[in-house]
Amino acid sequence: MAQIFAYITHKGGAVDDTAAELAAAAQKIDAAAQVTAIVVGAGADLDAACQGAAKLFAQVWKFDNAALAYPNGEVVRKLLSQVVPAGSILLVPHDTFGMDMAPGLSIKLDAAYAADVVAIESLSGTELKVVRQEFAGMAHTHIAVDIAKGAVLTLRPGSFQPEKGAELAGTVSDKSGDAGDLGTKRRYLETVEAEMGDVDITKADVLVSVGRGIEDQDNIGVAEELAEAMGAVVSCSRPIVDAKWLEKSRQVGTSGKTVKPKVYLAMGISGSFQHLGGIKGSPFIVAVNKNPKAPIFQVADIGIVENILEFMPALTEKISG
Amino acid sequence: MEILVCVKRVPDTAENEIAIKSDGTDIQRDDLVYSVNEWDNYAVEEAIQIRDKVGGSVTVVTVGDSEAEEVLRRQMAMGADNGILLADDAFEGSDGRGIAAILKAVVAKGKYDLVLTGAQADDGAAQVGGMLAAMLDWPYASLVNKIDTGDKSLKIGREIEGGNQEMNEIDLPCVLSIQTGINEPRYVGIRGIRKVASIEIPTYAAADLGVAADAVGPAAARVKRVDYFTPEMGAGAEILEGSMEEKIDKLIELLKAKGGLK
Ligand SMILES: Cc1cc2nc3c(=O)[nH]c(=O)nc-3n(C[C@H](O)[C@H](O)[C@H](O)COP(=O)(O)OP(=O)(O)OC[C@H]3O[C@@H](n4cnc5c(N)ncnc54)[C@H](O)[C@@H]3O)c2cc1C
Ligand SMILES: Nc1ncnc2c1ncn2[C@@H]1O[C@H](COP(=O)(O)O)[C@@H](O)[C@H]1O
Repeated sequence: MAQIFAYITHKGGAVDDTAAELAAAAQKIDAAAQVTAIVVGAGADLDAACQGAAKLFAQVWKFDNAALAYPNGEVVRKLLSQVVPAGSILLVPHDTFGMDMAPGLSIKLDAAYAADVVAIESLSGTELKVVRQEFAGMAHTHIAVDIAKGAVLTLRPGSFQPEKGAELAGTVSDKSGDAGDLGTKRRYLETVEAEMGDVDITKADVLVSVGRGIEDQDNIGVAEELAEAMGAVVSCSRPIVDAKWLEKSRQVGTSGKTVKPKVYLAMGISGSFQHLGGIKGSPFIVAVNKNPKAPIFQVADIGIVENILEFMPALTEKISG
Repeated sequence: MEILVCVKRVPDTAENEIAIKSDGTDIQRDDLVYSVNEWDNYAVEEAIQIRDKVGGSVTVVTVGDSEAEEVLRRQMAMGADNGILLADDAFEGSDGRGIAAILKAVVAKGKYDLVLTGAQADDGAAQVGGMLAAMLDWPYASLVNKIDTGDKSLKIGREIEGGNQEMNEIDLPCVLSIQTGINEPRYVGIRGIRKVASIEIPTYAAADLGVAADAVGPAAARVKRVDYFTPEMGAGAEILEGSMEEKIDKLIELLKAKGGLK
């Protein structure tokens, strides 16, 4: 059986929520696996992160190096291509780091690559069967991954349920000495924080959130009227911000804001995982969409199949009396 | 700056309901509306803006069948100078690694300073750009939402979680995958497309590129789609039925109960 590794992201000494998800996914590949976590960085935070990882994994490999103080995709790929043994299976979260680092690593390791895996079905011989989605979540696929030469898998955050209870006491090994030259042609400069907008959608109890189904900038007013009638705040999906119809600070999702309203009205939003990733605390979700097969209906509490451009004004009128 | 932009023709998910064929081998492709992958459109716009600022040329390339030529023409109507179609029966059924290997061959035939891809395409893998960079041994950055050009390097912003931006300096030549929102892609009208209708678009097959036929296609693929399927859903949403009037009344009742309406 191939050796399984998990790449752990961490911040301020705490491992990311995805670490436990990778541990759960590794168990799905091989219930008996002694999984090794790889934790990289520099300084005191790194030790704290390794301690966190040791609660989830049997072994932890620590890489401490000034070049890893900000572990960007390029430098981590260089490190991992030096230290991950050929033929291994490496699990990485499918987040903005994993998307940056992992595809190129699979080439450097001469391993298979499966991206954004949402479930692991079975392993038989060298064939690992996993589940992915295509067409913005509208179609699901079974994928056969040939792991004969190893594999790199990125796993969709939130898709694997961490096991509760059992805490491990993994051993941390300092492998820093195994790293060779970590010079790269891409250098981290700084992180620029997202701008605060005029409204704080994270504080709203009720959000009227519009997606591409709003069709035109001129229709934004229809949502604003409904929000006003409800005493709610308008938020949106990413394409609305890309089109500059609303400010970035109104965007819900992994690359926008994380919101915790009591009620979330998703108007003409398909329900991509990046959008849903920004909704926490399981609010009451009402989805209005003209496509009865829209993925949002899988997660919403209430679904309404209607044209939002007719539905929203009618709802506003009824509420305003 | 000589810029190559990789583009893909995909079913437009904003325009289509995607349905799976009953045997699970594919989605139903009759009557699908196709367009250029959303992310690639931003990549081409960015390339055009860079060229207009610092000079050079923009070439758009796609691996596809003869129908994929239409997206090349559309991007040329936007302002790309050249198009290249990479078409060969041997390319069909390639996985991401195979597509990257084909693109690598076309990069090797030219003299590019910068290669742009979209962040991801219709199957959401977000892989081809990073693989291509690794094959070329060029530096790579994904989800780029800002580019400042320089002589030997670029200053770029990458979108990271929460909409924060990771600023990097990256040496040329490099591969960047472009995130939506980096610019506002210009509109392409029918007239623009007519203007480029007669421009010759060279087509290369595996032999022209020096790509070994067994390095691409299904035989070389290490990830294979077994089938499309409809998952067993959990409870899913309660779908409100009836006239719009009835749905609105029911919804208002529910909203009141859940604190969404006073
Ligand atoms: C790294 C990364 C980060 C991302 N971060 C985010 C993020 O933070 N937030 C985010 O939202 N997205 C994010 N995305 C984009 C995400 O993948 C989707 O593209 C996006 O969420 C789709 O937005 P949408 O649902 O509004 O549009 P679409 O997917 O186009 O859906 C539009 C929906 O409206 C319906 N519709 C159309 N017209 C009508 C009508 N008249 N009446 C009713 N329904 C109608 C359609 O049936 C469809 O379901 C990110 C993507 C990447 C790659
Ligand atoms: N067949 C193709 N031809 C040209 N470029 C492609 C092709 N497939 C993917 N790409 C490029 O790679 C990017 C990411 O696609 P993917 O890795 O398939 O999600 C796309 O946005 C394109 O720029």
